[in-house]
Formats: sequence, structure tokens, C-alpha cells
Amino acid sequence: MSHTGRTMGSAIRITNGRVYDPANGVDGCVQDLCIQDAKVVAEVPADARKIDATGMVVMPGGVDIHCHIAGPKVNLARKLQPEDKRLDVVPSTPYTRSGSGGIIPSTFATGYRYAAMGYTTAMEAAVTPIGARHVLEELHDTPIIDKGFYVLLGNNVFLYRLLKEGRREEFREAVAWWVNATKAYTVKLVNPGSDELWKGRRNANISDLNENIDQFDLTPLDVIRAFIETVNDLGLPHPAHIHCNNLGHSGNATTTLDTMRAAEGRRVHIAHVQFHSYGGEPGKNPTSRGPEIADYINSHPNITADVGQVMFGKATAMTADAPLAHLLKGVSGNKWVNADTENESGCGIVPFTYQEKVYVHALQWAIGLELFLLSKDPWRILLSTDHPNGGSFTMYPKLIRLLMDREFRNDEIRKVNQRAIRKTILGDDLAREYTLSEIAIISRAGPARALGLKDKGHLGVGADADITIYEDDPDREKMFSTPRYVLKDGKLIIADHEFRADHEGRILHATPAYDPDIEKAIRPFFEDYYSIRFDNYAVSDRYLHNHQVIPGQIIPAVQPQ
Amino acid sequence: MSEIGQNLRVVEHATCTFCGCVCDDMDLTVDLDAKRITKAKNACTLGRAWFAEHTIEDKPPARIDGKPATTAEAIEAAAQILAGARLPIIYGLSDTTCEAQRQAVAIADLMHGNIDTTTSVCHGPSGIAFQGVGESTATLGEIKNRADLVIYWGGNPAESHPRHFTRYAVTPKGMYIPNGRKDRYVVLADVRRTPSAPVADLFLLVKPGRDFELLWALRALVKGRKIDPSIEESTGIPLATLETLVERMKSCRYGVLFFGMGLTMTRGRHFNSGAILALATDLNEYTHFVAKPVRGHGNVTGADNVVSWQTGYPFGVNFSRGYPRFNPGEFTTVDLLSRGEADAALIIASDPGSNFPKRAIEHLKRIPVIVLDAKDTDTTELARVAFRTATYGINTTGTVYRMDDVPITLRPAFDSPFPGDEEVLTALKDRLRVLLNEKRGGALRKAA
Repeated sequence: MSHTGRTMGSAIRITNGRVYDPANGVDGCVQDLCIQDAKVVAEVPADARKIDATGMVVMPGGVDIHCHIAGPKVNLARKLQPEDKRLDVVPSTPYTRSGSGGIIPSTFATGYRYAAMGYTTAMEAAVTPIGARHVLEELHDTPIIDKGFYVLLGNNVFLYRLLKEGRREEFREAVAWWVNATKAYTVKLVNPGSDELWKGRRNANISDLNENIDQFDLTPLDVIRAFIETVNDLGLPHPAHIHCNNLGHSGNATTTLDTMRAAEGRRVHIAHVQFHSYGGEPGKNPTSRGPEIADYINSHPNITADVGQVMFGKATAMTADAPLAHLLKGVSGNKWVNADTENESGCGIVPFTYQEKVYVHALQWAIGLELFLLSKDPWRILLSTDHPNGGSFTMYPKLIRLLMDREFRNDEIRKVNQRAIRKTILGDDLAREYTLSEIAIISRAGPARALGLKDKGHLGVGADADITIYEDDPDREKMFSTPRYVLKDGKLIIADHEFRADHEGRILHATPAYDPDIEKAIRPFFEDYYSIRFDNYAVSDRYLHNHQVIPGQIIPAVQPQ
Repeated sequence: MSEIGQNLRVVEHATCTFCGCVCDDMDLTVDLDAKRITKAKNACTLGRAWFAEHTIEDKPPARIDGKPATTAEAIEAAAQILAGARLPIIYGLSDTTCEAQRQAVAIADLMHGNIDTTTSVCHGPSGIAFQGVGESTATLGEIKNRADLVIYWGGNPAESHPRHFTRYAVTPKGMYIPNGRKDRYVVLADVRRTPSAPVADLFLLVKPGRDFELLWALRALVKGRKIDPSIEESTGIPLATLETLVERMKSCRYGVLFFGMGLTMTRGRHFNSGAILALATDLNEYTHFVAKPVRGHGNVTGADNVVSWQTGYPFGVNFSRGYPRFNPGEFTTVDLLSRGEADAALIIASDPGSNFPKRAIEHLKRIPVIVLDAKDTDTTELARVAFRTATYGINTTGTVYRMDDVPITLRPAFDSPFPGDEEVLTALKDRLRVLLNEKRGGALRKAA
């Protein structure tokens, strides 16, 4: 059937597809799906356009809860690696802009590649407040997908001062102000406490959650507690999103457990938890503590995490964790970017390649798989590669195959450093194979629920008509790489594997209430210590273009199960 | 914005886009009747001239072959030129908004042309060096708050970026620099004693063309290698001076190396930029050190950013195969013109007609040129189609990126009867799409 010229939403009936909609308890039932304009509806008129999905798998569009796709650090990493783009060109089509690929695709290519994989929402996970305007400009040029970002507040000097002085009410107001001023979705913490030592004490780092952060008379644990509590109180749609201290260091599982305990039953999201699940002595080779971390998350329903799976091949360490990037520069000998942001953040970038035969890389790969395979609640241990840190988001289909296909997994396990495998449970020929329903949870329904996106990640009446239709194929990597149809907001973007339309997605953001008087406390700090005027700092609405405010949710603390 | 009289108005927190400092603390007094800025509080000498010079001239909105035309007529003429060209090029972009730059890249993509910015004739070598070695860098507020060692190399900010010293890097007090200038040690390295020299505690008079050797010697000394005293003969700087400087570099708490076109546009070019970036990187084994090119035009940093996020490459980008390719020397404008390859040019907010090499200008005179500028320039003189556009930051809002990649939103002072660059480029793109669609047999449907 030809779809040319019929790209607008209006009424569509997807017929006879095998539907995986775990949020609504639909597990592979053959049924029709009706779409009116941008939403899923109960019924459409008989003359609605039909998409025959007989024999195909229908899922909600994918939702990436943690990736790095836009903004100052992404653009630096993009500019840094022309060598990575020459062999991966993205020509324009009658519908789409041209671009470049590689590990950090251009903005257009980023949107198209997510869409071409059946993903329709992605959240940029680390944005300096002063860089928010830049992020919004890039997201405006990232087509098709809906998108939002998490604002970095965990090393914010002004907020540290409020905490140090015990001004918790004002801290709460200031956090809410910053989320509004930047158009962010939630608050991100990265290696809390480290920036002051990195910038101010000759590239030092902080390793102990109970150590004083230089002159602040404040510990990382104080900071973590304050943010978890405040973000929960503010009722943001997604809780504090934490990149724990000591990423990548042997023995860091202890820090990760301490960070999760600090939540005391409150909601919190632990980012790329694979990178934080290591045993062993600091400075020596790591071992796996993946099972222990998985257990803790399994028994604490207040916690969500994304895995941050390592995939072999090209990656780029790109992080607000500047000391980590400096460490990786030493390990890899590669070119290095460091970028300090006044009063707000550090940043480091290093091109990196994960190799199967290298003990540490193979161990990291294996720990990610352990976390997935030991997860008892797919709603809370979610799919990510921490793109591009563990590998490109375009590796998700291969990762899905590793989870769904025991034989393939065992073949892959045999290819990698066996000393590393022996430190994990992967050598035990684990029987678990993810089902299509579980894949739909870790890549769609789960992230949407963790993000508080009530209209995404499912196909019930009222859901956004972001829908992916795959041709069933026993090679799950092939199947998830090339959906037959992708609909965004009810618009047929991809049909018969090819782009049939372009589309501008929405910026998703939160607007927690705050007392405007807080600006009186913040303004003098700007005059003294920032290099731009306070009045020029907050991002105006005109950078939002097509956007949607996502309402908050207050969820009480819960006890472990 | 506050009213201070019937026809006078003050625009607070306005931004000066004259140089890469992009100071956002201007309070502009605007005479709305005369359509001019009568006072620019906080502006430097360059900024005051920038604001004072921009008035609304009684000129036509466009000229075609020197004759007055409407904007619509000029858009049609420009679109016809570009649609008929085999290798149309776009150049300039450093003195316009990111919003206009986005449209320019879209046009290059659409017409399978070439796009390049003034970066290719200023800090292009720094962009190339960045791709080779990376960069340790910082926003200017971090320099203000922390830098106790400030080194300028191959630049003369006192004349080119007057407030670089006073607002960001030398005199201001900062969080860990409570006494301002007294808490900083300032070094200036250049081939002549410029008006910037008096600000320095140490001035290094470098032999012309010897920057690379001197920077490489510093790298060696940082790493504890021996340097022969003949370094003085080759570079002009005694070994003992270098040793003392290296000691200071390694023992400071937060050091910064600013560098200018004295490094990037002299013998060595991207090797020079690479050497200074690598020196800063090396010093991070001992202390915290950053480096930063002191960029020139108001939004040249925005141009680098926009072209990078849309194509993956910062300048010198060619779309003739339908996707972006990067090759400085091949796809940079001076080269494309000097070799006589371009057959039409769209010049946006820059004046290659006055500052390019003779051979490049001669070719510009041979081909149809379209220009967008707020003023008459040598380039508008030679243009087939010249648009007069509103001035960014004075008549139009939009986004500019400071030299340290900090984006700032412009607050216009008064309206212009002329359209902004973004408006003209968007209309041109839309018309060009129609023409190219006809030419390509309806292949273009709806691109972003």
C-alpha cells in the first residue's frame, strides 16, 4: 500500500497487530489500535486509513530516560571527532535534513536515528543551567522525538551556601526557581561535591560521602539528602536523578548503596548504575558487586535505575564528572576536553573504545547484563547505554538481543575476556530470556512511568499516538533496528522502513511553584560571581517552541519490600 | 525597559555584539524619534562607537544591480541566482544571530552548496587544533572567580577586546580572588609591545614566527626536560625567564592561557594553537589550567556552534554530495574563491570584499554575489543583490554565543524598517525550495 502524500494524523486504524502494552496488561494480544489526530482513541470511523499490522509487533514508541544528545558538552564532543563521521554520512531525503553520524550524530541525525529505531522520546541527562538556552536550541533542531533535560544543580555554589547556612526553605525555593528558569524536567546530581575540589584544589576529587566539601562545611551525603528530599517535596514528575560519586572506581558499590540508603524510602533515580556496581580495592582491578546492587534495587520500590550498559566498540566519555574524564584520559591516552562552568559544574570528554579482550571493559559489559538478568522488576531497572558513555543509543537493538536470546548471549560471552566473566554470574549459563513484554517495559513503559509521563509508554485510550510497529523476526537485533512503521503524534513518520515525513517534537518540562522573592536572595550572588547579568540568565519561553508542561506528582516514601 | 521621557527610553541589560566579549550589562538610552542610541552605559570605546553608529539610514531595503528594489524582488532575484548555480557558497555569519545562522545552514543543505564562516580566517586553526588535541577550558566567570595566573598570547585585548581585562580576567574581584588585580599574576606574550603590555607583570617579547618553538619549549620544561640556552637566540626569551614562568605555571591554583590571532594566523597556525592547547592540558597534571581562544566577532562562536550541531563540523562544510563534508583548505571560502570554483555567493554579515586576498576578491567580482548587511560595504558594492537588514542586538532579538560558549538573548533597542537576517534567509529558503523542487522534478517535499 502506498502512503505517499498521506502523512498527516487524522484517523488511523492499525489492524491485526500483536500488541504489547504492559501498562494496560496487554501481552501480545492481536487487536486493532485506533488513532485520532495525535492520540490513541477507542474507535475511529470506518473510512479511517488502515495500516495492516498482521504478523507484526506493536509497541508504544521507545522512551530513553538517560542519554546525552544536546548542548554544550555534546557539541564539543561532536566537534572533537571529525574522524568518526567521515564513514557514517547521513544524506538528506525529500523529507529530512542531512547530517553526520558517528558516536555523536548531528542534531538532525540524532532525531532521525532515534525515530528509525522506534524511539519517540529521549531525555538529555546533564545540562548546566547557564547552558540551558544552548540545549533548547539544539533540541529544537532534533526532529521527530519529544525531549526534555535534567538540570545540573548538585555542585551549585549558591545552593551549597544555602545548605551550609541551614536555609532549607530558601534552598527549596531556589531549586524550584532554577528548574523554571532553565525549562528543565528535573534535577540532576553528578558526583556531588567534586567540582569544588576539581577546580579549586588542583584537580582533586572527593571519594568519601562523609568528607567535607572544601570550605562548605557540608558533605556529599548532606547534599544528596537535601536534593532527594526537596525534589520529592516539590513533586517534580521525575525524582532527583543521581550520578553517584566514585563512578568507575573499584569498590564504588559501597558509595552507591550509601546513596540509595540516603533516600530513606523516597523516590530517587540512580543513573547508569552499572558504572557504580564495582567491588575490589580502590586503585586495583574491579570485581562485580552487580548482584548486591540488583538485590538492593529489587527490594526498594522507591528506587528506579537505568543500567548504562557498556557495548563493545566506539564510545565517548562525556560527563559532568570532570575528574573521571581526566582519569580516562590517562587510561586511554586520547585527546581530552575539560570545560568548567562558573558556579555550576565541571565537564570532561574523552573518546573511548570498549574492547572485548580488556578485563575491565568485559567486566563492565558483564555487570550490566547481570543487573538486567537479576532484575525482578523490569519497571525499575531500565534500558540505557548512558549514550554515548557506554556506547551509542543505536546499540539498543543488539542489547535487546543479548537480553532476549540466551544462545546469542552465550556466544557473545565466549568472545570476551574470560577472567572477567569468571568474576560474574554470566558464566553460569543463565536461563533468563527477556520476553517482548519485558522489553516493552524496560524500553517504554518503565521509563515513561519513572518519568511521570502518563500519556507515554502505553497504548491505552488517551495515550500519545507514539507507536512503533516491528516485523517479527527471531533475530531480535534486526527486528528492533528497523521498524516497519513509526508514528509520532499520530503522524506516519516511517512507513516500509523509510521516512515519509519530518516532524517537530515537543520539549517536555516541569514548572514547580516557587516564591518569586527567592530572586532577591539569588540576585546579589550573580552580581558578585557570575559573568552574565541575572536578568539575562533565565531562559525565555520563546526557546520552547512546541512544548508541554508535565504535571508533578507527590509520592510518599515507601518501606523496603 | 523603562520610560524616562516621552521619546527617550532606557533598555537595561542589553548586550553589545561588537566583539566576542558579548558584554550583557549595557544600559542603553534610546532616542526613539531619532532612532538612535544616545548613551551606552558600561560600554567600552568600541561598544560606544558600535551603538552610536547604528542609525536607520534613508536607503532602499535592497538593490539589484545597483538599482533600488523591494525585499521581495531581491528575494526572487537571489533565489534565481542560487537555484541556477552549480557550486553556490555561503560565507560570513559571525555578525548575525544563531536563528539566522540556522536558516543559512538549511539553505546550504537544501541547495547542496558550501557553507563557511569567518572562523576560517580567524580561529579556524584553533578549531583544527581542538580536533587534534582537545582543550581544557572554562567560562569567563570561572576565570573571574578563580584565575590567579592569567597569560595572554598573540593578542592585544586592550585594543581589540577592551573589557576583557576589566570585566572578566584581570581586574575584577572574584570568589577566590578577593583583591582583584592584586591576586593575579599577568603575563603577555607577543611580537611587539602593544598597548596591552602595560597590564602585564611579565611581558615576553617573542621573535616573530617563533611562538611554536617557545610554546614547545615550555611544554618540555613543564615535563622536566632540559632545554638548551640557545632557546633565547631562537625565540628571544632567556631560558631563566622560561624556567621561572614554568615554575609559576605549575604552582598557581588556577591558570589560564588566552590566545589570539597572533598565534593562529602566523607561521605555524594550527600547530601554534595545538601547542598552546596541549600546554594547558599538560599543566593539568600539576594544577588546574585552562586555555581559551579570544574570539573576535560578536557571534562567531554561535556560528561555530550552529554549524557544528547541524552538520557535525564547525566551518568549511560542503553539501555537494547531499551530506556534509569537512575539509579546510578545500571547502574554506578563500580557497574556493581563489581557485575560481564557486559560481555564486551568498555573503551574510561580513565583508570579504574588503579583507580577502586579491585573487579571492577578483573571483567574487566575476560571479553573482548576494549580500545581507546592515551597512554599505565593499562587498555590497560588488553585489548583484544586496539586502539591507536590521542590526542584530540593536534592532532585532536573537541568540548570540560569547567567546566561552555562553548563550545570551539580545534585547533590541529600537525598531528598524529593514527586515532581520533570519526573516530574509527564511523567505529565501522557502522560495529556493520551490525553485529547486521544479528543477529536481518534484523531489523535494517537506524538509525542516
